[in-house]
Amino acid sequence: MHSLLASMLPGPLCAAALPVGGGGGHVDDGPVAAALKHAANWLTEPTRYSVASILGLIAVLYFRRFFSKVWVVTVFFALSTAFFVFAFQDPNFNAIITKPDNVPIIILFATVVFFSWLALRRAVINDERTKRGEPTLEGELAKQKVFTWPDLVYSELICLVLFTAAMLVWSILITAPIEEPAATARTPNPSKAPWYFLGLQELLVYFDPWIAGVLLPSFIIVGLCAIPYIDTNPKGNGYYTFEERPFAISFFWVGFLLFWVSFVILGTFLRGPNWSFFGPFEYWDLHKLEPMVNVDLSTWVWVDILGKPRPDNPFVREAPGIVLLIGYFLVLPPLLGKTVMRKMVTDMGMIRFNVFMHLFLWFVLIPIKMGLRWTVNLKYFIGMPEYFFNV
Amino acid sequence: MQKLFKYVRESQIWKSVFRHGYPDTPRNRTLAVLSNVFLHLHPVKVRRSGIRLSYTWCMGGLTFFLFLILTLTGLLLMFYYRPTADRAYEDIFALREHVPIGVMREMHRWGAHLMVISVWLHMYRVFLTGSYKPPREFNWNVGVILLVLTLLLSFTGYLLPWDQLAVWAITVGTNMARATPLLGHEGPLASALSFGGIDFIHAGDDVRFGLLAGRFVGEGALLRFYVLHCVGFPLIAATLMAVHFWRVRKDGGISGPL
Repeated sequence: MHSLLASMLPGPLCAAALPVGGGGGHVDDGPVAAALKHAANWLTEPTRYSVASILGLIAVLYFRRFFSKVWVVTVFFALSTAFFVFAFQDPNFNAIITKPDNVPIIILFATVVFFSWLALRRAVINDERTKRGEPTLEGELAKQKVFTWPDLVYSELICLVLFTAAMLVWSILITAPIEEPAATARTPNPSKAPWYFLGLQELLVYFDPWIAGVLLPSFIIVGLCAIPYIDTNPKGNGYYTFEERPFAISFFWVGFLLFWVSFVILGTFLRGPNWSFFGPFEYWDLHKLEPMVNVDLSTWVWVDILGKPRPDNPFVREAPGIVLLIGYFLVLPPLLGKTVMRKMVTDMGMIRFNVFMHLFLWFVLIPIKMGLRWTVNLKYFIGMPEYFFNV
Repeated sequence: MQKLFKYVRESQIWKSVFRHGYPDTPRNRTLAVLSNVFLHLHPVKVRRSGIRLSYTWCMGGLTFFLFLILTLTGLLLMFYYRPTADRAYEDIFALREHVPIGVMREMHRWGAHLMVISVWLHMYRVFLTGSYKPPREFNWNVGVILLVLTLLLSFTGYLLPWDQLAVWAITVGTNMARATPLLGHEGPLASALSFGGIDFIHAGDDVRFGLLAGRFVGEGALLRFYVLHCVGFPLIAATLMAVHFWRVRKDGGISGPL
């Protein structure tokens, strides 16, 4: 995987980055094309994609000087375009990619990749300048002041005119779609939320609605609001940098790129009927069934380990999960604060540390649960359908 | 010609509108910004770093511009749209069938998609440049609320075409509210709010019912979403935008190293 941002966004492009040379093949011709499509389908499978993207992001951050080079992103965009041209001829890929409402998702993909690269590049340059004792790129420019009229007003006007022109062309070329009239009796399959909420809909695979649809979005909003009060690092204010705030930047990249943006893309392009997963070159088969063999933690402990039936009282039955989660949310933060994160507590103070830890632990619970689902088919830590309380 | 221009520029009418000469001297450039209510959102002078696209990405400005485009096209669409279950779909359909090269609905729809993206990218840039740090903590929070409002504006607008896509997307989205702890009838602890065997929280009075004005996405929901989309949320958003822009200036100007 040699392209910087290939790792952040879904697999079709990761796959494209490896073998090039597949010509324009149709569904059933050309061994190279078939292999390429097979590789793309294989790699975009959620488990493999997630592991690959995490490793990819670590690689990008570690080898950031290489990935921030101009030719690297040029090669990446060239390969992506080549892949799109190749993939466009596949009817299954074409059917999903050419929906008018999916055009913005392509724009999202391209802009997020480009701007992430741009930010990384400027961070690398700034970090080198700081090491040499020079001011940052922005720091140098900030010393000069220019008149708002004409410098700022004119560039605003130019942006405005160009942008309006682009919007008009887009609006003339692509007509806004309208589907059949609303019918509450006919449920379309798949039924999808608006695209910007697909990250949350994806989490419904792993969590119940009260977590994926209510608790986590609330935590995202609260967490975003809390950022300036939790982040006590005074450095990196007003310029791009990585080395002066490595944790903040890495954390945001994981959250925004690996979870939010790539789940939106996954949900748009790779989730079909019954919310089943489909590779980019797979036909959206209504009858694709995925076996449901998920097991609650309580079943695992009582039946598989202790070898007896699950107790009737829900609180006794779910005791293992309750103990586990109380330990996770209430015992772990003070434990970490006393040991590994002692310096953080002294830097931040108790209140900041606790707010941060709870938001952070909720965030980390998402990949933990995803991992447990993939490896040991865990359904719920605590499963109390009696009270709609499933975690 | 020169004479005519001179005559116009020295007339009482012209002078009553423009209090300064052509902005090519420092004095007139200052006055151009200060004496214009729209331009005076800007300071007279800005840091050079603040006008570099490679630094700012122009995403905040673009978001505001999209809001203006959406307000304008939305206003025009309101003339041709009736928010009732019988009429809504027909009206949108007619807009496509009867208007040659009509672009208002297209501009509104694509613009709305883009605005969500540009808000995300704007926040992404603000985060990566650490521009939420003191003294800008409060303005970042105003920004977070504006993000939520943008999503709510888009979400309420999603329902208005009243086609299958709209109704089912809103159904999927609002189904989450059923599971709100305490206040949704399928949420944890909702059953704790019952008294003498009578549930206080049920499908006919929980949060979802409040959002949709009914047990499913119907006429009540359409009207409710329409009013919020066209009046409620834009008013709140416009007010908070004024606060946001004002605080950008008060908290040290367009971001840059302090």
